[in-house]
Amino acid sequence: MTAFLTIIVLVLVGIAIWQMTKIFELSQAKSENPEVANDGDNKLNGYLMFAFLIFIYLLTIYSFWKWGHVVLGTPASEHGKDVDQLMFISMVLIFTVQIITQFLLHYFAFKYKGEKGKKALFFADNDKLEFIWTIIPVIVLAGLILYGLFTWSDIMDINDEDDPLVIELYAQQFNWKARYAGEDNVLGAANVRFLQDFDGQNVTGIDASDPNGLDDVVSTTEIHIPVGRKVNLQMRSQDVLHSMYMPHFRVQMNCVPGMITQFSFTPTITTKEMRLDPRIADKVLRTNKLRAEKSKELVAKGEEALDPWEFDYVLLCNKICGKSHYNMQMKIIVETEEEYNKWMAEQKTFSQTIASE
Amino acid sequence: MSATAAHVDDHAHDDHGHHHKETFITKYIFSQDHKMISKQYLITGLVMGFIGIAMSLLFRMQIAWPGESFPIFEAVLGKWAPDGVMDADIYLALVTIHGTIMVFFVLTAGLSGTFSNLLIPLQIGARDMASGFLNMVSYWLFFLSSLVMVISLFVEAGPASAGWTIYPPLSALPQAQAGSGMGMTLWLVSMAIFIASSLLGSLNYIVTVLNLRTKGMSMVRLPLTIWAFFITAIIGVVSFPVLFSAALLLIMDRSFGTSFFLSDIFIQGEVLHYQGGSPVLFEHLFWFLGHPEVYIVLLPALGITSEVIATNSRKPIFGYRAMVFSILAIAFLSTIVWGHHMFISGMNPFLGSVFTFTTLLIAIPSAVKAFNYITTLWKGNLQFNPAMLFSIGLVSTFITGGLTGIILGDSTLDINVHDTYFVVAHFHLVMGISALYGLFAGVYHWFPKMFQGRMMNKNLGYIHFWITAVCAYGVFFPMHFIGMAGLPRRYYENTAFPMFDELNDVNVVMTVFAIIAGVAQLIFVFNFINSIFYGKRGSKNPWKSNTLEWTAEMEHIHGNWDGPIPHVHRWAYDYSKVNEDGEYVIPGQDYVPQHIPLQDGEEEVNH
Repeated sequence: MTAFLTIIVLVLVGIAIWQMTKIFELSQAKSENPEVANDGDNKLNGYLMFAFLIFIYLLTIYSFWKWGHVVLGTPASEHGKDVDQLMFISMVLIFTVQIITQFLLHYFAFKYKGEKGKKALFFADNDKLEFIWTIIPVIVLAGLILYGLFTWSDIMDINDEDDPLVIELYAQQFNWKARYAGEDNVLGAANVRFLQDFDGQNVTGIDASDPNGLDDVVSTTEIHIPVGRKVNLQMRSQDVLHSMYMPHFRVQMNCVPGMITQFSFTPTITTKEMRLDPRIADKVLRTNKLRAEKSKELVAKGEEALDPWEFDYVLLCNKICGKSHYNMQMKIIVETEEEYNKWMAEQKTFSQTIASE
Repeated sequence: MSATAAHVDDHAHDDHGHHHKETFITKYIFSQDHKMISKQYLITGLVMGFIGIAMSLLFRMQIAWPGESFPIFEAVLGKWAPDGVMDADIYLALVTIHGTIMVFFVLTAGLSGTFSNLLIPLQIGARDMASGFLNMVSYWLFFLSSLVMVISLFVEAGPASAGWTIYPPLSALPQAQAGSGMGMTLWLVSMAIFIASSLLGSLNYIVTVLNLRTKGMSMVRLPLTIWAFFITAIIGVVSFPVLFSAALLLIMDRSFGTSFFLSDIFIQGEVLHYQGGSPVLFEHLFWFLGHPEVYIVLLPALGITSEVIATNSRKPIFGYRAMVFSILAIAFLSTIVWGHHMFISGMNPFLGSVFTFTTLLIAIPSAVKAFNYITTLWKGNLQFNPAMLFSIGLVSTFITGGLTGIILGDSTLDINVHDTYFVVAHFHLVMGISALYGLFAGVYHWFPKMFQGRMMNKNLGYIHFWITAVCAYGVFFPMHFIGMAGLPRRYYENTAFPMFDELNDVNVVMTVFAIIAGVAQLIFVFNFINSIFYGKRGSKNPWKSNTLEWTAEMEHIHGNWDGPIPHVHRWAYDYSKVNEDGEYVIPGQDYVPQHIPLQDGEEEVNH
């Protein structure tokens, strides 16, 4: 409703401005080209150009002040630090260039606003200038490209060194499953053709004739990962494209039906530690305040109140996958080795699952 | 005189005086005259733009106020908004069709179609396009494809809703999504027709520019608009057929049981027979067009901006040659960067490195262009006509949006912002808003050429620009922040994740700005329609411009010039050129149109 009112107010303001311009127009002397900018228009719009520059700066400052804290905080993985470092360097560069070029653009627009009889400078070319602003981007970008490429090849170098934990993330409309490689740390072969075996208990389509698969463990509720150990993720999808996105770890990879994609990372902060991270703690406080307010409204309408939020790492789907794309998620728990082992011991292996059938 | 028989040689004007009898149908509907066809493109494009923008307002409201009931939803969406609450399927459909319409129907056909048609013959000094008939067919195919796209909105199970990139398997399997049935079939049919239209148009533009230039109009004397349209057409011819093949293979997968893009699929309790295909192949084919498409959209806007900025600064465009090289470099690079949309698609990471490299290279010619625009303003005598404001606005959003490309083009950084709102903010600023500004600049600037000397109201133009400029930043600047917070795009609502709760305020701000911006476009619509009928007539060359179109008759006639076609003696940017004594080349006039021969003692600019 407030939106509607705002719109009406704006329309009315618009009409008022229009009427004012009409009066302004009528008061002007007739010229040959009445719809071509005259000195008055040039002056007004020149000043507005300067005002617009201020607007861009203020919007930038305001956005940082008001929303700067919503961006993802401390990266929770080893390579995440490198990603964030590169991101920071790029951002500094971007904002420097943005502030300078926007200034030049709008300031020149303001400074050289047209006046009758003023002579513009006939300045068609200057090789030196052209050279300067070709070579500067070349050098800066070469630096960024090199930095980016080294980091990229480190991240994408997926190997079996350092005894990685092998986990398969299995995507389907609209949920995730995690399959652990078990004792042998080798995932059994799998295919969608096996999904209907064992009365549908074989939820990730493990090939029961492959011995590597018998000790595999499938979790449909949470992913548990021990802190500090490299994890090699393998992604599969059984229906459409999905994207495995874990924003806190700076991890993302598409899940493609018919092929296995991979990503490797090492979590460095447990869920419990992350909850104590000052930025996360602040975020939880702010969010719970919002949720409490929202709950009041809901209760007044006779609906259920929202639960307060406790921070958890989360796995989202980040590739449009259908109607419930917006709610395809899974909780990730990063914990100590002991806690992980304890949890793992409680899980049923594939052979146990099919034996109980 | 039929348009196909238009000649550039001196004798063409001999044919005048015996025009064929024109009926309403040949003049306004099945016209072969490039000026009429350009108006048809523009108006069809604007109508599609109205639909596309209206859709964006609907889904922006859903994002800001998730699950809220709005009477307007029920009124517009009918069964898709029971009790005024938007359905999740139609949300995705709106997002999909908004993207499709804006990218293809508004910014490809509406922008390049309109101004290539209007300006290529007029600015190179030709009586019409090389083939008026193909030009007409091109428009009517475009119209047909628009019609099919609009019809697809009304099918039972809803329109296509797999995102404008229509990645299979989602787009291939009706079991995966309601919109992937009849809606997607119509989408594909519409796009196939659209591609045919675009190809006919592009081939025509290329041939016309190469063959029909008037005497003296060498390639290095072409206005930058024509360079931009010419190169755009070449990119279109190179890349659109690849999208056609992708669409064709997808149609086969959908209807004839082939497995180009599908493999190992289990859906709704059933194992499908598809074996051996790969969705990644589709992504390659799609983006082989999809990325050049960005430049197909943007280059014409930059071309228009070059012309408008030079004219209104009363200065030559700075670095003409560098501008041409930048266009060529951008065009070349644009065909080898498509993989930056696929860094995390499962593609070989080494390919990712290569695409990072080529992508960041494209920043160089882009930077050169931006700096050249800024330098053109320096020490100018800037005339702030509405077209000029939109052109400066374009440079501003082109810089703001382009800079974040440095982040997205870097495979390492793309990992965490891929498919988040950061991307949405980036491409809306750099290609969406910028290209729209180019479109507006073109309409304000060449309106007198399109409508027999009538001009649009400048004051309404100023209001239109300033509201739009403020709102465009108001919508898309904060959007970077929610993207950096990890918010994925194409989420029907963000309430399933408490970590996104605090982003709702930002979304409300953006939606309010979007609604204001949307409403402000009505000022333009009013100004446009009103000026067609009641606009004040200006002089023949109201902006005191150098290019040839302003020497053509104000009344539209077949063949553009009543007499002989003017010859060209200089480049298009002799603004404020002075002799050694500091006096203008033509005393009292700060511009020298292209058809004026070199004056005594004047030296041609060696650009």
